[in-house]
Amino acid sequence: MRQLAAVTKPFRRRLARRGRSPRPDAGVAAEAQVATGASAEQAPVEIAPNDPLLAYLQSASGAVEIDELELDSAALRELQAAGVKLVVPLVSQGELIGVLNLGPRLSEQDYSSDDRKLIDSLAAQAAPALRVGQLVREQEAEAVTRQRFEQELEVARLIQQNFLPKELPDLPGWQVSAYYRPAREVGGDFYDVIPLPDGRVGFVVGDVTDKGVPAALVMSATRSVLRASAQRLVEPGVVLERVNEHLCPDMPEKMFVTCLYGVLDPATGLLRFANAGHDVPYVKTGHGVEELRARGMPLGLMTGMAYEEKEAVLEPGDSVLLHSDGIVEAHDPDRQMFGFPRLKETVADAPGGQLLIDRVLGDLDDFTGAGAEQEDDITMVTLERSGGSGQLAPASNGTVLADFELASEPGNEREAIGRVESAVAGLGIEPARLERLKTAVAEATMNAMEHGNEYRSDRSVGIRVVHVDDGVQVRVTDRGAARELSEAEAPDLEAKLEGRQKPRGWGLFLMEKMVDEVRAESGPDGNTLELAMRLEGDDDGDA
Amino acid sequence: METPELDAVVRERDGAAVIDLHGEVNSAAERALGGAYADATRNGSRSVILNFAEVAYINSSGIALIVGLLAQARAHGVAVSACGLSEHYREIFEITRLADFMTIADSEDGALSAADGRKNA
Repeated sequence: MRQLAAVTKPFRRRLARRGRSPRPDAGVAAEAQVATGASAEQAPVEIAPNDPLLAYLQSASGAVEIDELELDSAALRELQAAGVKLVVPLVSQGELIGVLNLGPRLSEQDYSSDDRKLIDSLAAQAAPALRVGQLVREQEAEAVTRQRFEQELEVARLIQQNFLPKELPDLPGWQVSAYYRPAREVGGDFYDVIPLPDGRVGFVVGDVTDKGVPAALVMSATRSVLRASAQRLVEPGVVLERVNEHLCPDMPEKMFVTCLYGVLDPATGLLRFANAGHDVPYVKTGHGVEELRARGMPLGLMTGMAYEEKEAVLEPGDSVLLHSDGIVEAHDPDRQMFGFPRLKETVADAPGGQLLIDRVLGDLDDFTGAGAEQEDDITMVTLERSGGSGQLAPASNGTVLADFELASEPGNEREAIGRVESAVAGLGIEPARLERLKTAVAEATMNAMEHGNEYRSDRSVGIRVVHVDDGVQVRVTDRGAARELSEAEAPDLEAKLEGRQKPRGWGLFLMEKMVDEVRAESGPDGNTLELAMRLEGDDDGDA
Repeated sequence: METPELDAVVRERDGAAVIDLHGEVNSAAERALGGAYADATRNGSRSVILNFAEVAYINSSGIALIVGLLAQARAHGVAVSACGLSEHYREIFEITRLADFMTIADSEDGALSAADGRKNA
């Protein structure tokens, strides 16, 4: 006995260990390096998982004389050819984790029973140590794989972020908001806003199949081609056609891009759009929520595709939501999908713009449950035409009686009162209730001008008056940053008289006392107070 | 829209100072209201009557000013009453509990007799 070698690399070991019992197809692929009499190390002999030798060694109680075995085993023949005489199973915790192969003794005599005892006891001690070594190595390998994966994700994230617009255009009369949140395993979502000649603006939302770096690279190529084509071509359908022709030749197999491309003329509100198989956008108008449908195949699948082109005119107050499938395809803990109907409902209920984005994210979080990992990228772009209170949804069965904007100037709440009063003139609200409504409108308007708009000339207050079944709703919206609309503390006159509270702070208190209901909605794009009053009160006293 | 400033004129009647208010009681009324209160109490009058008969609009900023005036009056031991409030603003004075700290009378005469009653009590 001159040299012992037991080098094992049980690649399949992990598979075998994950299952409860060792699976014969995974088995042990113990590589054995053989020390023969005089020669140097030889190539390791690998025992295939289905080799009968493996089963034999697994049940062997100690060193096995190779020449005495009669098995139809490729590994056995290989070992014999390599001059191996004795194979010692290395067993740790009942599992075969490797073997020790010995060549012939230098004396050319057979191994004695003493030799075999020595070898067996050596193997019994070597096996646990070897197992520890294997585990360490496995963990190192896993760490390296993980690190590579993370690095790749980081690269994908960087590519994605680099190609998303750094800022959104400032379109007078329009509010453009966008949101992008990659999943941990970055998907291929993207959006773009492209300034075009004549003041028109192109809007893009797209999604590349696949994830990670490959998706990010295809996304960046799509974006570049789209940007270039958009500058040269007018019709959105023709732009998508051109992009498709460019992408097809180099598109990796099984990958494609869905993409919605629309061109807005901010002056007229005309939106022309084409769709390459992307999720259908929603537009919210005074008449409800509609889908902006146009037919077309995803980009990069096959050449010669044509893309249907449609148009829509966005009136003041209308808003559009472009989105990616990360929203509708999100699942709740019971594996139900969020789905289009739910999204459409949210669009119907929420104001437009950033407020809508916030609402969708909120609804999505509620749906998927706290702490759920985001499955796919989530992308939203909203486009909202100002005018009137703009962001506000009319009640589904309501009639808009008035919709106007007021500059944020002290005293303008009086103007608001006057216009609301004439708007509701035909409803027959009894005088005392009308007075209360007027006071509430004045307070809500002042609140919006002062706290939301900070009396800035570029921020107007939107007021929309809607007649619903048995009452009237007045929605007052400012353009300020999201804020808490409730008073920090309820006004307490005694405390105010004793100087423990400031004399001010009556606004919201008054509104709540004057009308039947005050609802507040808040978001980064503005805040809305909705005052609701039934036409006829329960009593003539306190509302 | 410009904010019309409140017009506040002080006159004396039967030992009380009556402040006749014309216009809107809003944030722009601070100077007029403060000045009128100072005038009204300068000669040691212990009773101030705010006459809202010519006031068509009071907002929360105006309420805050009245609260401030009331706090000042309490510190000085001056009784404050109000008259000429519309049904609506009377309700607001009740809701805000201003009515618990000042006498609300229908008319100036009513406010005066209430002030007398206090004086004689």
